[in-house]
Amino acid sequence: MTTTVTSHNVETATGPAQTMVLNMGPQHPSTHGVLRILLELNGETVVKADPDIGYLHTGIEKSCEDKTYSQATTLTDRMDYLNPLGNNLVYALAVEKLLGLEVPKRAQYIRVMMAELQRVSSHLVWLGTHALDLGAMSVFLYCFREREEILKIFERFAGQRMMTSYIRIGGLALDPPSGWREMVGRFLKMMPSRIDEYEALLTENRIWMARTRGVGVLSAKDAVAYSMTGPVLRAAGLAYDNRKTFPYSSYEEFNFDVPTRTDADCFGRYMVRVAEMRESLKIVTQAMEKITDSGPIKTEAPGIIPPQREKMKTEMEALIYHFKIFTEGFSPAPGEAYVTVESPRGELGCFVASDGSPKPLRCHFRSPSFINLQALPKLIEGQIIADVVACIGTIDIVLGDVDR
Amino acid sequence: MADNANQNAKAVVEHLRAWNPRVVEEVIEFHGETTIVVPHGLVRAAAQECRDALQFDLLSDITCVDRYPIEPRFELQYHLTSIPKKEKIRLRSHVPGDHACVDSLVPVWLGAGWLEREIFDLMGIQFNGHPDLRRILLPGDWKGHPLRRDYPVQGFRDIPATYLPGLKKQ
Repeated sequence: MTTTVTSHNVETATGPAQTMVLNMGPQHPSTHGVLRILLELNGETVVKADPDIGYLHTGIEKSCEDKTYSQATTLTDRMDYLNPLGNNLVYALAVEKLLGLEVPKRAQYIRVMMAELQRVSSHLVWLGTHALDLGAMSVFLYCFREREEILKIFERFAGQRMMTSYIRIGGLALDPPSGWREMVGRFLKMMPSRIDEYEALLTENRIWMARTRGVGVLSAKDAVAYSMTGPVLRAAGLAYDNRKTFPYSSYEEFNFDVPTRTDADCFGRYMVRVAEMRESLKIVTQAMEKITDSGPIKTEAPGIIPPQREKMKTEMEALIYHFKIFTEGFSPAPGEAYVTVESPRGELGCFVASDGSPKPLRCHFRSPSFINLQALPKLIEGQIIADVVACIGTIDIVLGDVDR
Repeated sequence: MADNANQNAKAVVEHLRAWNPRVVEEVIEFHGETTIVVPHGLVRAAAQECRDALQFDLLSDITCVDRYPIEPRFELQYHLTSIPKKEKIRLRSHVPGDHACVDSLVPVWLGAGWLEREIFDLMGIQFNGHPDLRRILLPGDWKGHPLRRDYPVQGFRDIPATYLPGLKKQ
């Protein structure tokens, strides 16, 4: 990449000097992946910053064009690897919109429950790594202890801890396993006191406040101009949350608040995310009450959704559909669909265009990390170099999501 | 809810027609989503009008579809969101392959910067007035634009020319 960051002459208190160009990353632990930032420094102050991305670019959007609609589901897991269920969800919703499919209520509630557990687990990784960046090592261990419980729940549901591909086009991959209520119930009972524990370690900690208060301030007006969404925007005072503004998957039936702050700094973003974890637990509790013990988890759509195993062995049509779905796929009518959901990082969008063939003509993901990261120079220019780490942390980027 | 959305979209279309009769080429309704087709010379002005007069304050996404071999092959899709009015709208603009060039939206939304760089990088479309148009995901010396439909999924490297009928080796 050609860069625009070069050294310049400056006047300092001790006489004329030159700014220094410092290369941060791509293998730097606090860049949360492989992010390279070129920093022009005047002493310890950042004059100019230029993020360099693309180290994890794997061409997922191009690969989707070469796969059938259902095959592409597994690729979506691998974009934002802290939010695979959310990626599955947005892709499934977009293709369902293209097909005009309605998903059974029971499957919608299970989707909501899984998406919210995923949000908690993603925020836990964020909190742990962000605190680690700022020198609070023990928080990381506590966060990963609780995240492990969520991953165990995912493993029971989907057979996989991370790349679950549990949410499929038309519904879900599997029925919830036996004993899932006790498992999720235990987690819900344990979690609130654990969040209190993290807050006791951090919220009123003097070092924590010194490192985050007034650091990386971005007003709501600037955040909207930079298309930023999610906790960054809500910490600036704008209650924009896709779950409330454009409800999907029956979110309109759930009672929850959208936490906002007005301080618009790193501390505000931390407080918003902690409050969001508590709200997510509220949603999971409500979803558990709504999920019935039996009922469909997939829509009935012959030729699009794979038939049940029993039917396949007794009905000829079901066997034919099964064969056709897995050999040639299904072909939605030509058109486009754009769906947005609230990922832990902000507005996650999926645009799918069909030309009437079994493979998508174009599959594009509006990844919140990519868009939020472009405001990083705005956040750190004029700040000192130690704050760069705090700012990268609170934008909460996942490089798999940035580069796709 | 869907009826309401349609009403709002109609109001947007009428406002744009009254503002400039040439701006709305076509209105497409599909699964409750409204697409307004805008001539590619008027994209920036139309986006500015949507932001200033119609409260579409958030640029949600810009993406591009390549309909090769149909001409005009490129379709730019702009997804705008109005946070106060809780509305979404899509502007679409057709761009020909032999002169793939449109006005940049960076003067309207700073957030368009990286989105347009991504399209420049992967689709090869030029954006007039973009302050910093260079490759973003691929290395600076990469040849070709991988998201174009005439770029093979496997890439050009290590494939003998005889296996690529009808495709120029780049």
